[in-house]
Amino acid sequence: MAEVNRSGTPLVEMRDIRIAFGGVQAVDGVSIDLHPGEVVGLLGHNGAGKSTLIKILSGAYRQDSGEIRINGEVATIHSPRDARRYNIETIYQTLALADNLNSSQNLFLGRELTTPLGFVDDAKMEAETKKIMARLNPNFKKLSVPVSALSGGQRQSVAIARAVYFNAQILIMDEPTAALGVHESEMVADLIKELKAQGLGIFLISHDTREMMALCDRVSVMKNGQLIGNERVEDVTEDDILSMIIMGKNPKREAA
Amino acid sequence: MTDTSTDDGTGGGKPNSQAPSRSFINQLEIDLRLLGMLGAFIVVCIVFNVLTDGRFLTPRNIFNLTIQTVSVAIMATGMVFVIVTRHIDLSVGALLATCSAVMAMLQTDWLVGFAGMGLNTPMLAWIAILGGIAVGAGIGAAQGWLVGYQGIPAFIVTLGGLLVWRNVGWYITNGQTIGPLNDTFQLFGGINGTLGVTWSWIVGAVCSVLAVLMLISGRRNKTRHDFPVKPLWAEVVVGAVCVAAIMGLIWVLNSYTIPSRVLERSFAARGETMPEGFSTGYGLPVSVLLLIGVAIVMTAVARKTRLGRYIFATGGNPDAAELSGINTRLLTVKVFAIMGALVALAAVVASARATYHSNDIGTLDELRVIAAAVIGGTALAGGLGTIYGAILGALIMQSLQSGMAMVGVDAPLQNIVVGGVLVLAVWIDIVYRRRLGGQ
Repeated sequence: MAEVNRSGTPLVEMRDIRIAFGGVQAVDGVSIDLHPGEVVGLLGHNGAGKSTLIKILSGAYRQDSGEIRINGEVATIHSPRDARRYNIETIYQTLALADNLNSSQNLFLGRELTTPLGFVDDAKMEAETKKIMARLNPNFKKLSVPVSALSGGQRQSVAIARAVYFNAQILIMDEPTAALGVHESEMVADLIKELKAQGLGIFLISHDTREMMALCDRVSVMKNGQLIGNERVEDVTEDDILSMIIMGKNPKREAA
Repeated sequence: MTDTSTDDGTGGGKPNSQAPSRSFINQLEIDLRLLGMLGAFIVVCIVFNVLTDGRFLTPRNIFNLTIQTVSVAIMATGMVFVIVTRHIDLSVGALLATCSAVMAMLQTDWLVGFAGMGLNTPMLAWIAILGGIAVGAGIGAAQGWLVGYQGIPAFIVTLGGLLVWRNVGWYITNGQTIGPLNDTFQLFGGINGTLGVTWSWIVGAVCSVLAVLMLISGRRNKTRHDFPVKPLWAEVVVGAVCVAAIMGLIWVLNSYTIPSRVLERSFAARGETMPEGFSTGYGLPVSVLLLIGVAIVMTAVARKTRLGRYIFATGGNPDAAELSGINTRLLTVKVFAIMGALVALAAVVASARATYHSNDIGTLDELRVIAAAVIGGTALAGGLGTIYGAILGALIMQSLQSGMAMVGVDAPLQNIVVGGVLVLAVWIDIVYRRRLGGQ
């Protein structure tokens, strides 16, 4: 894996982010960053705060305090629409597709192509969907059926196509392979590598430590809303990561 | 007609493994559910026609059926949007009474004498209609705000509305029956406002040409993007059926002749004498023309606008819609405002048809409207429904009701049958969807 150049301005910097829900400090002073062409994995138990942290970046939640910088400039992200303006795309654990709409309607949801008269241009959107799908998943042919009729992998393709089509710079993937079979997971892994090579920054959330070791350049481990460790994968073993996740201790720091 | 966007309920779900016996229909790319409903409607018509010794399918009765259906059908198109977004509106019948009361008072009391307008000044009717629509849309938006922004379930908000608006209407008129209404206003009622033979043919021809043009442009759009199109013969068949249906309806409505004494009076009113043997038909009622307009606009909104796309997306998965940057709260307000405006239009038709406003106008309409939408294939779980389905649903309900009345079925039994049909229709729909799989 090519060495990531971390000397330039980070694509994303989240500094001292805090958010509480009804007295529970879900994210407690976490700072992470992401460079172009880098994949950063977020690990932790359920309820560790990784999804909450990432939802602040994608505009679904708003932080109580802390600062987000995109390309070095302070960004105000109050809604998913704001996040999209900063070329942040999110692929959610729940896939976030409308089951009753077809793949092209889902791909363009919220950003429909329109005719000069202001009507939605379904034919054009379907044609564009066909083009992008030919690149991402050549076996994908069911363009005009509701996505409820698609398999998990096909649905994931639609979600990823949405991110790729709109030229995301920053991609957030929340358990992208959780609902997929082995073959489909490999397909997603290949895609992550390709997007990384194109210079996108990717936040990846997963429970699968081995998969994370293979795909990520760095891993950040959270527990109880706090950041336990932020290490390059070359510097840690799978056991180190597990002990951070489970015990909330960073063995490298302890040793030093 | 040609696109297979999901709002046609089944269009996207066309089975891929096509049984040979179905291939004819598949090539036509017609929604099977639509065919089923049309089939049910035709069966209802034929059965009643036999039971009434041919009185059911006379031009006169068909004319009456159309004008009786309009008010509920207009509201049903709005109810499709409400139900698709996973809400319900129980207040439409009561809101209809409030809108009707406001419009009746505007044209017979509040504005009479203002700027020299008399009881029958045409302008007064239009001002009253605009006022009614503003009131309907405003009240709808307010209810939508309570649902969308305050999170009160639509069932509760509109259940409250059912009680509130029925009696607000009562207060506005002090419980009195208000009438007769403005002559121009009454044109929307049905028999008091028809286009006459010539104009009906013209409207029919225009509609036919538009339908064919839409088919052609749909096909062109598909070929331009290299999408498969159905065979040309199938396209021609669909076009021919559309044109035949439109012109057939016009022909039937034109065949309902105006009684000669009515004609004599209208000639006398103009100071002329009626030529011997002169006769002419009523033609297309203005109210039906209004319904056609509403149907076209609502279908275009559902299929061809962002608003419609967002309505269906929100119904399919509210979280996904929100994460895609759709303001689902504002969308709820819009949907209920559209519903309210359509209720006001329905109130114009209902009160004009009666020629006066009464306190019980629109009673139980909420149930008829919801039933029409649901029979027409709108799923209460949200995300699925069509405008034409809701209108057809309203027509089926009205045919059943008036058919049974003509046959002489006891009133209690009529309602028992209608209730049974509602449940049966939904049951068939559920079985059908289950067999299609995955929906």
